[in-house]
Amino acid sequence: MKILVCVKRVLDPQVKARVKADESGVDLANAKMTMNPFCENALEEALRLREAGIGEEIIVASVGGGKTEETLRHGLAMGADRAIQVVTEETLEPLAIAKVLKQVAEQEGVGLVLAGKQAIDDDSNQTAQMLSALLGWSQATYCSEIKIDGDKATVIREVDAGLETIEVKMPAVMSADLRLNEPRYVKLPDVMKAKRKPMDKIELDSLGLDTANRLTTLKVEEPEGRAAGVIVNSVSELVEKLRNEAKVI
Amino acid sequence: MANLVIVEHDNNEVAAATLHAVTAAQQIGGDIDLLVAGENCGAVAEAAAKIAGVSSVKVADDAKFGHHLAENLATLIVEVAAGYSHVLASATTFGKNVMPHASALLDKAQISEIVEVKSADTFVRPIYAGNALATVQSSDSIKMITVRTIKFEAAAAEGGSASVEAISGGTDTGLSSWVSQAVSDNDQVDLTSAKIVVSGGRGMQSGDNFSMLHSVAEKLGAAVGASRAAVDSGFVPNELQVGQTGKVIAPDLYIAVGISGAIQHLAGMKESKVIVAINNDSEAPIFQVADYGLVADLFEAVPQLDAAL
Ligand SMILES: Cc1cc2nc3c(=O)[nH]c(=O)nc-3n(C[C@H](O)[C@H](O)[C@H](O)COP(=O)(O)OP(=O)(O)OC[C@H]3O[C@@H](n4cnc5c(N)ncnc54)[C@H](O)[C@@H]3O)c2cc1C
Ligand SMILES: Nc1ncnc2c1ncn2[C@@H]1O[C@H](COP(=O)(O)O)[C@@H](O)[C@H]1O
Repeated sequence: MKILVCVKRVLDPQVKARVKADESGVDLANAKMTMNPFCENALEEALRLREAGIGEEIIVASVGGGKTEETLRHGLAMGADRAIQVVTEETLEPLAIAKVLKQVAEQEGVGLVLAGKQAIDDDSNQTAQMLSALLGWSQATYCSEIKIDGDKATVIREVDAGLETIEVKMPAVMSADLRLNEPRYVKLPDVMKAKRKPMDKIELDSLGLDTANRLTTLKVEEPEGRAAGVIVNSVSELVEKLRNEAKVI
Repeated sequence: MANLVIVEHDNNEVAAATLHAVTAAQQIGGDIDLLVAGENCGAVAEAAAKIAGVSSVKVADDAKFGHHLAENLATLIVEVAAGYSHVLASATTFGKNVMPHASALLDKAQISEIVEVKSADTFVRPIYAGNALATVQSSDSIKMITVRTIKFEAAAAEGGSASVEAISGGTDTGLSSWVSQAVSDNDQVDLTSAKIVVSGGRGMQSGDNFSMLHSVAEKLGAAVGASRAAVDSGFVPNELQVGQTGKVIAPDLYIAVGISGAIQHLAGMKESKVIVAINNDSEAPIFQVADYGLVADLFEAVPQLDAAL
């Protein structure tokens, strides 16, 4: 079974996003970028499936411009076999991304798509679900355990109430939660090897899809900050303040 | 304008989160109808009809909707959505799972986790773990929306008298089936609606040590929460995680114990009215958002707090 892993290039999670002065967006110039952490979990799972003899070829795909190739190279260094970059300088919405990824999944004839549960920049949490709908495949989101057995898979999902187990028919689209696995570290020889792995580039326009955005971002602002508080010196002072000043207990 | 709110429920009760989505619909304006899809969910429909401000409740009572599997439920939402300008659900794992699936079938964008309604087509939503707020305007004929519950008051659960209409429709896609749900200790106060939350982080060192927090929580009528590090370390189950990728809560009082205050954790609790931090590292970033900070060893401070209550 071929596996498609969808990966996104995002601002490093350790870096605090800074809003541009003209409120047009978040300032990413010279910012440290990385593969979306959830996408690393998705890729790690694909690699483990291959190691378990379930996956064969692993393709990492990303829709984006700029240095998206760098993120795909990281995926190749982790162990993916080849990469596909759908090139566009526009920032597409999840619906458009899902349309593009559908085309890639169908063209490549994959039997499983793995994505992250959420991109930590737009925090949309949509793409995998949309892709499942467009492909007409089973959907398993927020996975913390995936077991594939022939034409079906048993998946444990992290939901608000705890853990839910579902069984899905293959092919399926699954989205990874952080506790699915611990992504492996990339070693220097892997980075060297990754340079020689195939990287296809497809121009977005050549796909002939309607990828027009439906939302216009009018402005991006910084949220109101919290006023600085006080340091108390003892538990009794804390309790006194909570009772008589804040009046919350 | 007409709003359809997808009711979240367990076939017995309407989830509190839905009441917040109803309020968002009220702010958009126009009629509000509810969709209850489930199995043997008559009680839910009856309760839903009593929610203030609701015009009608559509009930699809069918085994294929029993466990709210996204593929089946989305086909029904698509059929019902046709008559509406806005379709809303709460931004819980229920809403986040099914709404994008339905949106894609409708060829509509989804606007995730709105925190403010500016007008019928313009909404504010957090991005980058809440470090930025984007105002977006939608050009879609049906606006598909999930609602961040903490930013909208709950609509009154009583006082309405909506009509209830049974409907059929939707497809049994046969793609997924529900197997089981691990139910953990449900004695605990609900984390998302608790007035007070006591959360522990990696500093707690073990799951056993969380009993200290449970004791404090019991005295305060509080829920217990956790950082991702505490969940990852196996101290507590995943449903206690607060943060960008866990639950987003805004209690009157949030007490963070042995939590450093990473961006992703703050994303889930920084809208709390009063924040208390107990941490032995005076440089911990949590102190920058805390109203009251106590620089202390939690293994001394928490038992003292317990005794003082
Ligand atoms: C994509 C992504 C998503 C994430 N989502 C979330 C999320 O939803 N929620 C979340 O919480 N995190 C999330 N994280 C993780 C986050 O970045 C932090 O790693 C995590 O919040 C740290 O948890 P912590 O504060 O418990 O642990 P640490 O950062 O290790 O902090 C432990 C704190 O305990 C204090 N301490 C230790 N011993 C004592 C003692 N005896 N007395 C008092 N204080 C003590 C220390 O001084 C320290 O400040 C996410 C990360 C990523 C990359
Ligand atoms: N531009 C993109 N290219 C490839 N995959 C993407 C892209 N955007 C989102 N995804 C995938 O969809 C997941 C969820 O993203 P989102 O729906 O934006 O929160 C990500 O973790 C990726 O797996």
